Amino acid sequence: MTDLIERPITSTPDEGDPVHHSDGHDDHGDHHGPSGILKWLTSTDHKVIGINYTVTSILMMVIGGAFAEVIRAQLVSPTSTLVTLQQYNQLFTMHGSLMIYLFVGPFAFAGLANYLVPLQVGAPDMAFPRLNALSYWLYLGGSITMLLGFFVSGGPAAFGWVGYAPLTSAINAPGAGADLWIGALMLTGFSAIFSGVNLVATIFYLRAPGMTLFRMPIFTWNMLVTGILILLAFPVLTAGLVMLYCDRHFGTHIFEVQGGGVPLLWQHIFWFWGHPEVYILALPFFGMVTEIIPVFSKKPLFGYKGMVFATLTIAALSLGVWAHHMFTTGAVLLPFFSIMSLLIAVPTGIKLFNWIGTMWGGKLVFSTAMLMAIGFVATFLIGGITGIYLASPPLDFFTHDTYFVVAHFHSVVMALTMGAFAGIYFWFPKMSGKMLHEGWGKAQFWFLFIGTQVFTLPGYLVGLHGMPRRMAVYPNSPSWQTLNQWESVGALMIGISTILFVVNVVISYAKPIVAGDNPWDASGLEWFTSSPPPHHNFTSLPPIRSERPVWDYNHPEAPALGHGKHQTAVPAAAEKVEA
Amino acid sequence: MDSATPLTDSPDSVTTTHQRRSRRRAILLALSTPLILAGCQLPSFGAYGGVSKTGTDTYKLWQGFSVAAVIIGGGTALLMIFVVLRFRARKEDTSLPKQTQYHVPLEILYTILPIIVVIGLFAATVVVENEVVANPTPQATVNVTAFQWGWKFTYPGHRAYIVGQTTQTPTMVMPADEDVRINLRSADVVHGFYVPKFNFSRFAQPGLLNVFTFNITKPGLYKGQCAQLCGLYHSLMYFNVKVLPREQYNDWIAKQDASTPAVNAAAQSGAVTGEINPHVPIRPAQSQGAN
Repeated sequence: MTDLIERPITSTPDEGDPVHHSDGHDDHGDHHGPSGILKWLTSTDHKVIGINYTVTSILMMVIGGAFAEVIRAQLVSPTSTLVTLQQYNQLFTMHGSLMIYLFVGPFAFAGLANYLVPLQVGAPDMAFPRLNALSYWLYLGGSITMLLGFFVSGGPAAFGWVGYAPLTSAINAPGAGADLWIGALMLTGFSAIFSGVNLVATIFYLRAPGMTLFRMPIFTWNMLVTGILILLAFPVLTAGLVMLYCDRHFGTHIFEVQGGGVPLLWQHIFWFWGHPEVYILALPFFGMVTEIIPVFSKKPLFGYKGMVFATLTIAALSLGVWAHHMFTTGAVLLPFFSIMSLLIAVPTGIKLFNWIGTMWGGKLVFSTAMLMAIGFVATFLIGGITGIYLASPPLDFFTHDTYFVVAHFHSVVMALTMGAFAGIYFWFPKMSGKMLHEGWGKAQFWFLFIGTQVFTLPGYLVGLHGMPRRMAVYPNSPSWQTLNQWESVGALMIGISTILFVVNVVISYAKPIVAGDNPWDASGLEWFTSSPPPHHNFTSLPPIRSERPVWDYNHPEAPALGHGKHQTAVPAAAEKVEA
Repeated sequence: MDSATPLTDSPDSVTTTHQRRSRRRAILLALSTPLILAGCQLPSFGAYGGVSKTGTDTYKLWQGFSVAAVIIGGGTALLMIFVVLRFRARKEDTSLPKQTQYHVPLEILYTILPIIVVIGLFAATVVVENEVVANPTPQATVNVTAFQWGWKFTYPGHRAYIVGQTTQTPTMVMPADEDVRINLRSADVVHGFYVPKFNFSRFAQPGLLNVFTFNITKPGLYKGQCAQLCGLYHSLMYFNVKVLPREQYNDWIAKQDASTPAVNAAAQSGAVTGEINPHVPIRPAQSQGAN
């Protein structure tokens, strides 16, 4: 164990610019470049781009969330006329599109990952900084394109975020809104592909000396797998969108029966992207939570290698389950997709038990980040278990396209949202150098957590009672109305939680509390540099001898223990404190 | 497991045997739990009980999944609550906990056990699924065509012809206690034929003939509606299913045949009347449309 106590390796100076600042504050680079809006416009620094992505995606979440509040307000009464039928269809289409395409994914695999992955592997930047900047610009362009739908005649797309052909054809969905939707998805699709390329290249080629694959932080592992999934899945969606555009404008009949086309093909293409996409969305948040729980349990991650293999298994299985979204089409092989879908429960369960195992015997500190992480696990447990029902075709037959499904995936994505806030509360000090306020944070957590359950649980019931999704008006039934009203209360609570978050950010900037390099006593390399990190990230690195290099550096007396190992006294502890 | 080790004469052996006995009792109890549960009335877990053999079996599958979900999910939730309450940090205590990272047998255990559960769930799924998607030789057939935004029901061999959209909800009539084959097609976009109390739904997929069978044992009027977003008036695309005893059904269809002009019967003679390969695409007749 004494090999842990070494002098920090001084990183190789980049671009002949020697690093002298022993405190880690490195002001070269930034002062050459522009600042303010121009910096935001021109930077290729992964940290700037990461923050751009994070801020833009949270803005999309706020807009998409506002749509959700209107949807829930409409459903308070069965015959509400708050919005017209067409406006309602547009609202849920844009709500789903913003949340899935423009918030959950980009926030994770391009926002936090952009910021964190180079730091976690000890790299000065992403592998392709300019491609990274292009990726953000495509994403921003795509987001604006999506929202432009509100400003064209006929309004935005109204065929749901899945856009089942032939509802998307030129006849069924005339107008520029649908084209803008297609264009937006193409732009953000390419953005995602470039992000994937960057992530995979960075993780494979830019790791610091000593950072072997099995010493990578679990978030980086998850981003590697996510990157690979992006490369496998997103091109399929983009190809499908090109076909759809050709159908709409160039007279092809790929998805139209009239010309000999097959509408079902769209569903295959969409879900061949769409199901890996579910894990492209989820894996980064699994990674964040897996980073956060050990830190606030003051223990290493329980079953690190099992966790990595679980992630790989989920990714592999996720490529073979797409048709479980299509059980009710009557045109897919039911048992194959059923068993593949059910099997995903196994690695997901391993993750869940590993999280509990990490907390077991720990000394849990319930910071907001930890609460959000535990809220994630609890909510994901509900979403995961209801997902098992949907993997069984006979049960899917009577729940498909009902509020049961809506409640299921909202349990999942609201869990991911809690994971997102866990990540924000955990890494905000690193990104800004300031702490977020814990009191406001905890208030936000309870509103978000309770609101989520109040929103989703009645949804399961009303779905089982037979209420289909995407209904602007519904039959006048007292029990349906009551359940819908509860759902709306939950949605309102979630909305309040978002306001609390915004207030918290404003307060943290108005009355800053300095974070310091490592406020949580965390273990990843990102905590070894200053907050926020200098332009080239590191002036020095600790020796990397395990997946917890910074912990080993700070706590040489407490290395991780394998199975059956017991703690031995490490006399060299005193020596380190001097270093 | 320690049950493999032989008994020794050590002073511990008395307690060990006692523990072993109570553990064996616990295992027996755990194994018999499903049987006990099957014996008494299970809660519905929110779902409809079904009005046909397949619907009821689907419901039973639902109950089985729910029991597994409650045991596994509830157990995991309790474990989480226990961990969160038990292992919270005490303020005065600043020492580090034991840095345990691996426990391989435990990890193998919670890999193997879920696989066994999944195989069990899958086996039950396949049994019910085969029953639900089976298409025995029918005693009656109804051709259902979904269109924006309504339904058309025709009866091969009869003139009976029911069509309705949004404001006038159409009612499909079918006999009880018989295998009734439904030939489901769409005239335009994807629709969902969904009757909640039948515990069943199926897409009306353009270009595809979907064939399935109902055998409803409980006569009555059931509500149905389109489940898949199909455009502007999707929320208003209702239909009813009226299940009648055979004699009443015969009376009804005779009356319909008498009151329906022959021209409608001619219009539907071109319709597919029971081709059972759902994988063979069919081209919907152009005459069967929203008008």
